[in-house]
Amino acid sequence: MTAPVIEDLLRALTPQVLGALVRRHGQFEGCEDAVQEAVLAATVQWPAEGVPDNPRGWLVTVASRRFIDQLRSEHARRERESAAAAEVVPEDVPDSDDTLVLLFLCCHPTLTAASQTALTLRAVGGLTTAEIARAFLVPEATMAARISRAKQRIKAAGSSFRLPAGAEREERLRVVLHVLYLIFNEGYTASSGSELHRPDLAREAIRLARMVRAQLPEDGEAAGLLALMLLTHARREARTTAGGDLVPLDEQDRTRWDRALIDEGTELVKAALAGPELGPYQLQAAIAATHADAATAEETNWPQVHALYLILERIAPNPMVTLNRAIALAETKGPQAGLALLGTLDDDARMSGHHRLLSVRAHLLEKAGDPAAAYELYRRAAKATASIAEQRYLESRAGRVRT
Amino acid sequence: MKFLISMHINPAVLDALTDEEKAAIGEGHGAFIEALKKSGELITTQALVDPSQAVVVSVRNGQPVVTDGPFLESKEYLGGFYLIDCENKQRAIELAAQIPDTAIAGLGVEVRQVMFAEGQLEA
Repeated sequence: MTAPVIEDLLRALTPQVLGALVRRHGQFEGCEDAVQEAVLAATVQWPAEGVPDNPRGWLVTVASRRFIDQLRSEHARRERESAAAAEVVPEDVPDSDDTLVLLFLCCHPTLTAASQTALTLRAVGGLTTAEIARAFLVPEATMAARISRAKQRIKAAGSSFRLPAGAEREERLRVVLHVLYLIFNEGYTASSGSELHRPDLAREAIRLARMVRAQLPEDGEAAGLLALMLLTHARREARTTAGGDLVPLDEQDRTRWDRALIDEGTELVKAALAGPELGPYQLQAAIAATHADAATAEETNWPQVHALYLILERIAPNPMVTLNRAIALAETKGPQAGLALLGTLDDDARMSGHHRLLSVRAHLLEKAGDPAAAYELYRRAAKATASIAEQRYLESRAGRVRT
Repeated sequence: MKFLISMHINPAVLDALTDEEKAAIGEGHGAFIEALKKSGELITTQALVDPSQAVVVSVRNGQPVVTDGPFLESKEYLGGFYLIDCENKQRAIELAAQIPDTAIAGLGVEVRQVMFAEGQLEA
């Protein structure tokens, strides 16, 4: 087996092994360290000596041994208990895959979104602390402190290792999906900095979303989120020029969109929309699928996009949704109608001075034939964004309308 | 999200403080740093020497020209900063408000989001 294959295998097995260990020993923090060490041992041994027949069992055995060693060295005075723990020989590895339980644990509601994200990437994604730190552009010590804090909080909350039931499970699943959405977004559009794409994070989010969808095939929103990611990721190549400049949707070379991802995403949306529940991810995926459906920007079915935003606004009201609906409305009813809708957002504290509101208004003013006002707003929007790529794009738009 | 919290010092205000008050500021910063390290929000913090030790560098006709002192006459100057990584702007402001300087009239801290970063992260 080649190194990349082993790497993929380890990435898939890590959360399962961690799940098995936590289920057995009940200590998330210590188990997590032990699993990281076992994975490290595997990356050294397997390429040289070959992959064992039961790689998962191998990892569980090695990790358990490490965990018990830790227990011994840390609690020498409690030797008797650790000896008892050591007697649990992991002969038969339970067949159940605990990855989902682990994901639910990492997305514990007592953690901040930043900590949920870091812990998920480390425990379920199998990324090292250094890799996560690099992805979020912070020092490793900062990320290590955050992850260790998160583990302590979970411990303090006294969580048991099980899938929550009923309404609690439903609620936690929303958090899980939201965390995956945040990871994807960070990879898709870095929230700050000169790098627009961090495709590793986006790919990891897709991998985890696939896993959730596979384990919860009945959940429409899990399917919707995966579809949304696939449809968005499909446009990745076309979103920037070779020089790293942003290309807006209507100017993208659609032949560069990844057809396979679009087809897969579209199929998922269709199936999900036929289901009984309708959630925000499914609707956003349906909007993305509508865009993907048009061979050229002119052929976009804007009435359908607008209708989908209307439903989204009704079930999950949010000023960003209204903002996006204004764009669709402008395409169907003209820029003045869009501008009028934007006017309803001016009193919203979350939106005032937000670069998206400024740039959309600039865009609609440009369409309405008021280049002077558009120029001012493009400039203000450029000042308000924290993304350099976006800033360059907005400055270029400003340059284009300058009279 | 990364934010720079920069601390603007007014020497006249600092001089007017009692020794106890000055010590309290030092302790306040120590506690603040410990809390940020624990929460995983601290990237780095640096304090800067007195502006009298600073020089201004300019290049004229390809030649560097070094002059003494700050470029502009200014009552307040940058005394140091915290570089943090936290959830959002609201949290950055919440953290900034824990800095002892903010409780003293005449001293101020400024919070600005970081837009671009490069360099050694293992600070």
